[in-house]
Amino acid sequence: MSAASLSSAINAIRSASFAHDRSALASNAGHPSSSSVFLGSTAGLRFNPISSSAGRPRSSAAAVAAVAASNVVKEKQPKSSVSGSNLLITKEEGLELYEDMVLGRAFEDMCAQMYYRGKMFGFVHLYNGQEAVSTGFIKLLKQEDSVVSTYRDHVHALSKGVPARQVMSELFGKETGCCRGQGGSMHMFSKEHNLIGGFAFIGEGIPIATGAAFTSKYKREVLKEEGCDHVTVAFFGDGTCNNGQFSECLNMAQLWKLPIIFVVENNLWAIGMSHLRATSDPQIWKKGPAFGMPGVHVDGMDVLKVREVAKEAVGRARRGEGPTLVECETYRFRGHSLADPDELREPAEKAKYAARDPIAALKKYMIESKLASEAELKAIDKKIDEVVEDAVEFADASPQPPRSQLLENVFADPKGFGIGPDGRYRCEDPNFTAGTAKV
Amino acid sequence: MERDPLVCVMGEDVGHYGGSYKVTKGLATKYGDLRVLDTPIAENSFTGMGIGAAMTGLRPIVEGMNMGFLLLAYNQISNNCGMLHYTSGGQFKIPIVIRGPGGVGRQLGAEHSQRLESYFQSIPGIQMVACSTPYNAKGLMKAAIRSDNPVILFEHVLLYNLKERIPDEEYVLSLEEAEMVRPGEHVTILTYSRMRYHVMQAAKTLVNKGYDPEVIDIRSLKPFDLYTIGNSVKKTHRVLIVEECMRTGGIGASLTAAINENFHDYLDAPIVCLSSQDVPTPYAGTLEEWTVVQPGQIVTAVEQLCK
Repeated sequence: MSAASLSSAINAIRSASFAHDRSALASNAGHPSSSSVFLGSTAGLRFNPISSSAGRPRSSAAAVAAVAASNVVKEKQPKSSVSGSNLLITKEEGLELYEDMVLGRAFEDMCAQMYYRGKMFGFVHLYNGQEAVSTGFIKLLKQEDSVVSTYRDHVHALSKGVPARQVMSELFGKETGCCRGQGGSMHMFSKEHNLIGGFAFIGEGIPIATGAAFTSKYKREVLKEEGCDHVTVAFFGDGTCNNGQFSECLNMAQLWKLPIIFVVENNLWAIGMSHLRATSDPQIWKKGPAFGMPGVHVDGMDVLKVREVAKEAVGRARRGEGPTLVECETYRFRGHSLADPDELREPAEKAKYAARDPIAALKKYMIESKLASEAELKAIDKKIDEVVEDAVEFADASPQPPRSQLLENVFADPKGFGIGPDGRYRCEDPNFTAGTAKV
Repeated sequence: MERDPLVCVMGEDVGHYGGSYKVTKGLATKYGDLRVLDTPIAENSFTGMGIGAAMTGLRPIVEGMNMGFLLLAYNQISNNCGMLHYTSGGQFKIPIVIRGPGGVGRQLGAEHSQRLESYFQSIPGIQMVACSTPYNAKGLMKAAIRSDNPVILFEHVLLYNLKERIPDEEYVLSLEEAEMVRPGEHVTILTYSRMRYHVMQAAKTLVNKGYDPEVIDIRSLKPFDLYTIGNSVKKTHRVLIVEECMRTGGIGASLTAAINENFHDYLDAPIVCLSSQDVPTPYAGTLEEWTVVQPGQIVTAVEQLCK
C-alpha cells in the first residue's frame, strides 16, 4: 500500500472517530481509544466497532477490540475449518507465536527469581506483558534483518533467536554469555542473529538502527546487491518519543526512504513518569505523518493485530517504500526494573491490563478457533519451562570471565593501545594477555 | 573511496557543497549522493547512523562541519562509538572515521574555536590522531579509513591552505607513531597540529641563539607513542610540551603524567607544558592572540628550561 493511501486511510479513521477525550486524559484514566487500522490487503478485517468509541476509557474499547478478533474470525468461519485460510494464522504459525511469547514470559519470571537470589545484578528491566509486540514483529523477520532494542531487551533477543542459554549466561555475567559477560542485561548483542543492541540510554539506539537500515539501502543501490531487502526494526518506548534522536531519525529515515520500522512500545510509563504528564500530544502515531511517513496505532496486547500491522510495515520497507511508525499500546506488568517499587501506578490500571494478557488472549483464540488443543499448549508450556531451567543450569555452571579477558575487546585492532616505551606495541607485551599490562 | 566501495562519507554539506573547507570537493559528482551523503543538521543522529552503518559492514567517514559541532554527538561518540565493540563482546567492529576542522582560527569566536581532543581523550575504545602537514594528513587519513578501530582525526582550520609536494605512489602512515620533525640534543619539544608551526618558528630563533631543540610532532593523541617520546627524553632530559588545547585536562596534562610515570628518572627538570589559556576564545584579534601559545613564549620557555 502506498504511503498516500495509508495516510488517507488513517485520515479517514481519524476524522470518523478519533476523538480523544481530554477529560479522560486528565483524569489519567488511561490512553484514549483510537483506531487500530488494519492496512492494505487486510482492510476487510478491520475490527468494528472500535473506531466509533469516542472518548471511551481504554479498557472497555480494548475489550471490544479483543472480542472483535474472535467475532471476525467466527463470522468468517468456513464450513470446513480445516483449511484455515480465513483465520489470521495457521496452526504452525500460532504455535510458533505462542511458544515465543511463553518463552519470553517464563524467561523474565526466572530472571526475577534469579535476581532476588543474587545471581543477577545491576539494573534488570523485565518485559512481562509486552510479549505481543516482540513476537508480533520479530517472528516475521529473516535472520538477516536487524533488530535494535533498548535496555528492556531480553525478550527481543530471545524472539530474534539468541539461545536462552546465552542470554541467561550474559545476565549472570559469565563468559559464555552472548557478549562474553561484558554487556549485561542492558546490552544484548548478537552478530549471528543481527541483534544490534541493547542500549542503556534511551534514544541512542535509534540512530544505530537508522544506520543499519542505511547499510541495507547502500548495499542495494551502491554495492548493487540486487536482492538485498533487509529491514531493521527499532524498538523503543513512549519516553523516548520526546527525545531529539527520535525526531531526527524519523526525518532522516523518511528523507532517504530507509527500510526501517520504528516501533513504539507505549506502556504509558517511563519509570514513574506517566506518558500523559510528559508529552504534549500523547498520540505518538501522529508524529509519523508529521515527517511524511505513515503512523499507525495498534493494540499491543494482541499479537495477531500487531502481526498484521507488522506485515504491512515490513512489506513497505522491503519494497523500498520507506519507514513506518507503529505505536503499540501495551503495558508492563512489573515495575520499570527490579529495583522499582512501582508505587505510582493505580491497581485498577494494572488489573485492566492484566485482564488483557497477550498470552492468555492467544491461547483463548487458538483453542476457540480449534487451531490447537489445551494439551498441545500445555506441552509447550512444559517444554519452555525445561528450556529456561536448562538455561539457568548452563549459566550457573559456566565460568566467570578470567582476568585475561579484561582488555581483549577494547579495540578491534589492539594496536590501538599504542607503542610502549620499549618500542613494541603494548598488545605484544606478554602481560597483556594476562590482563595486567600497563596501558 | 575508489579502492573500497564500502567507504562512504556523511556530514553536513559534504556532497554538493564539497565540504565547508572543500575537503570532499568533487566526490559527490564522482561517487553519487548516497556515498557522499548530505545530512540534515542532526549531529548526534547522523553520527549514530554512521556508527550503525559501520557496525553493519560499511566504512563511513563522518564529518563534523566544525569539530565543535561534534559536542552534540558526544552521546554517540562516547557510548556507542567507543564502547560497543567491547560491550558486544567483540562481535561488532566500528571502523568509522570521525573528522573535522577544529582549533583556533582567525577571530571565529569561542564556539567555532574549540579543541575537542581533551574532551574525547578519556573515551575508551577510540583512537585520536591530529594531522599537521599535507603529507601526514593524507597518510593518517588513509590509515584511519583502513583501521578497524574508530578513529577521530583532528584537522585544523588554519592549515588547509598548506602546500607540499607529496609522493605519487601510495603511502599509509601509522596511526600510533609520532613524527620526528627536527632531531636535536638539548630539549625535547612535543607538539601537534598547528602549534608545530609555532614551534618550528621558535626553533629557528633558538638555533640562532645556539640551542639545539628536538621537535617531535606526536600526531597520535591517543595512544601516545611512548617509544619515540621516551627515546627523546632519554637523550635530552628536558621536556617542553606546546599545545593549543586548554590547560586543564588537556592532552598536555595527560602527556605530562605519562612522561613522569614512565621516564621520571631521565628528567633533569620538571616538564613544562605550554597550553592555551583556560578561556573561551575571544573574538578580538589581540585577545585571541594571547589565548594561544606564541613562538616568543616557546623561546622563553626553552631558555628557562635549559638554564
